[in-house]
Amino acid sequence: MKRLIHHALFWPAITLALLLIASSLFNSSFLTLAWRDGHLYGSVIDILNRAAPLVVVSLGMTLVIAVRGLDISVGAVVAIAAVVAALMIGGSFSATGEVQSRYPLWLALITALGVAAACGLWNGLLVVKAGMQPIVATLILMVAGRGIAQLLTGGQIITVYYAPYFALGNGFLLGLPVALWIAALLWLTLHLALTRTALGLFIRSIGGNPEAARVAGVRGSSITLCVYTFCGFAAGVAGLIVSSNVKSADANNAGQLLELDAILAVTLGGTALTGGRFQLAGTVIGALIIQTLTSMIYSMGVPPEVNLVVKAALVFAVMLLQSPEFRGIVARLARGGARVS
Amino acid sequence: MSRRLLPLTITVLLFLAMAAFGAVRYDGFLSPQVFLNLLIDNAFLCVVAVGMTFVILSGGIDLSVGAVIALTTMISAALLKAGWNPFAAMALVLALGAAFGALQGFLIQRFNLAPFIVTLAGMFMARGCCYLISTESIPIDDATYSAIAQARIPVGFDSSLTIGALIALAIVAIAMRIAHSSEFGRTVYAIGGGESSARLMGLSVDSTKIGVYLLSGFTAALGGIVMTFYMLSGYSLHAVGLELDAIAAVVIGGTLLSGGVGYVFGTLFGVLILGIIQTLIAFDGSLSSWWTRIVVGALLLLFCLLQRLFEGRTPKMP
Repeated sequence: MKRLIHHALFWPAITLALLLIASSLFNSSFLTLAWRDGHLYGSVIDILNRAAPLVVVSLGMTLVIAVRGLDISVGAVVAIAAVVAALMIGGSFSATGEVQSRYPLWLALITALGVAAACGLWNGLLVVKAGMQPIVATLILMVAGRGIAQLLTGGQIITVYYAPYFALGNGFLLGLPVALWIAALLWLTLHLALTRTALGLFIRSIGGNPEAARVAGVRGSSITLCVYTFCGFAAGVAGLIVSSNVKSADANNAGQLLELDAILAVTLGGTALTGGRFQLAGTVIGALIIQTLTSMIYSMGVPPEVNLVVKAALVFAVMLLQSPEFRGIVARLARGGARVS
Repeated sequence: MSRRLLPLTITVLLFLAMAAFGAVRYDGFLSPQVFLNLLIDNAFLCVVAVGMTFVILSGGIDLSVGAVIALTTMISAALLKAGWNPFAAMALVLALGAAFGALQGFLIQRFNLAPFIVTLAGMFMARGCCYLISTESIPIDDATYSAIAQARIPVGFDSSLTIGALIALAIVAIAMRIAHSSEFGRTVYAIGGGESSARLMGLSVDSTKIGVYLLSGFTAALGGIVMTFYMLSGYSLHAVGLELDAIAAVVIGGTLLSGGVGYVFGTLFGVLILGIIQTLIAFDGSLSSWWTRIVVGALLLLFCLLQRLFEGRTPKMP
């Protein structure tokens, strides 16, 4: 029992479970799943589907935070990837009335992901080679990135007409949303890479003590570079899912505030912002907590604006619970109370 | 010249170069009013950036300022609509802003939490509270506010300043005094240089850290009041992303984001540079507004790289 409580995923999982129970109390059909037209339907599936972009971005963010970094440019990278894909696919009507892609779909997807990964690499270079603080290094792309995306679109919202592209954000595979498969696949790949190879250990050692890791022979700078590149790539994947879902790319609003939600998801999942220890599964739970909370607030008929206040209260609570000082005070109070009684 | 003044000198020279470029390139650019407008249009940014300078000098960051501004405009507008005395409303929002900042500072200091996350949550909280008041824009038709908004103080050469711009200049002057010749200011620099050494020197680190965020909350609220004069409305989407502009202004003004080095006076020029970029783009007419973001990003990059160069050459203290 004690081991269970002290497991890093215990509190995130309990929070998510409580939220799900609360949701099912407000909405009696919340937990029901239905099989219709070869797809699985239900509120839970809906939450998983909507959480997919956040999960993907948060996975990248977890690794960046694990190596003592931070990437606040992911929202801008989401916008850039979405814009690149939308511009390359576009879609015009041919003489036969069929919608055609401007470039082959695979080329557009690879280019968008490549650009996103390059954005991540750029952040990594600024952090590793130029030695900037991660917040500052990624702040540059956060400020300029949306400008670049707007420059590409000329300030317009780019609409995509080419139907095969919509599969990413709206399609189903084996009865489950494609976006969900993508997120799960990414998680699984990352999980295997981190547990079956030494990569996870290296990342933990860099975050725990960069100097000690360097002395021990861990190639810290190239791993950090890879981690930032991966974070950019993950943001690119999220950008594709988002733009495919809304069938357009909006340079101004795509991925707005996503960096904050991602950092929140990572924190909620039990990864310390000081680096070193990270919880990949915790991050997924954290992202699901955020999406469940959002969906719950919507379904309760409370104005969606309240969401922000609830989120803020949640962050404050989680932060305090993670703080050793706060735990110390609570423990002292509890002991004091025990002595009095 | 002292090495510490180098970033500040570069900032001022850059501003002068941009002004010269504008003067040569565009007719009518070189008029006093164009330059005073830089101050008038960015008065709220200037006020906020001054508070942000102290936070960054102490080695922290405050992401909540944009949201606090929006909340201030919202509360002001709601109070005025309810028939409050305008000056009582101003006093209340200033007190609320300071209290909000102090609370964040308390959490950061007492529980050793990351400033980034605490102020991020503070940003969510303040924006959320705006929406709780109203999701619509609330216009302000109070006579005193309108009078202050429309007042123009002539400064000669057919040009004038607004009350908001004067407030901004006053805040810069007061902040320079606090930063360079008060115990609080010296302690802020010492904390930014190294918190544990500041503590060992017997400085009041704890109260100063809270004080820094209190000051930032206060300047954010004051910036909000200045913005209310400028916009004459309260709206929950006012000042979205302003925290980034403020941080950019501080960095471009030559303050090191690692803390301990920088000048309030530089921040004034950081704000003016952000302003002159927009003015140049407006004068040009053919460039779209998103170029502002790209140029600001490029300038940030330039200054951060310069800072790294500068830091690399300074001998490291043991």
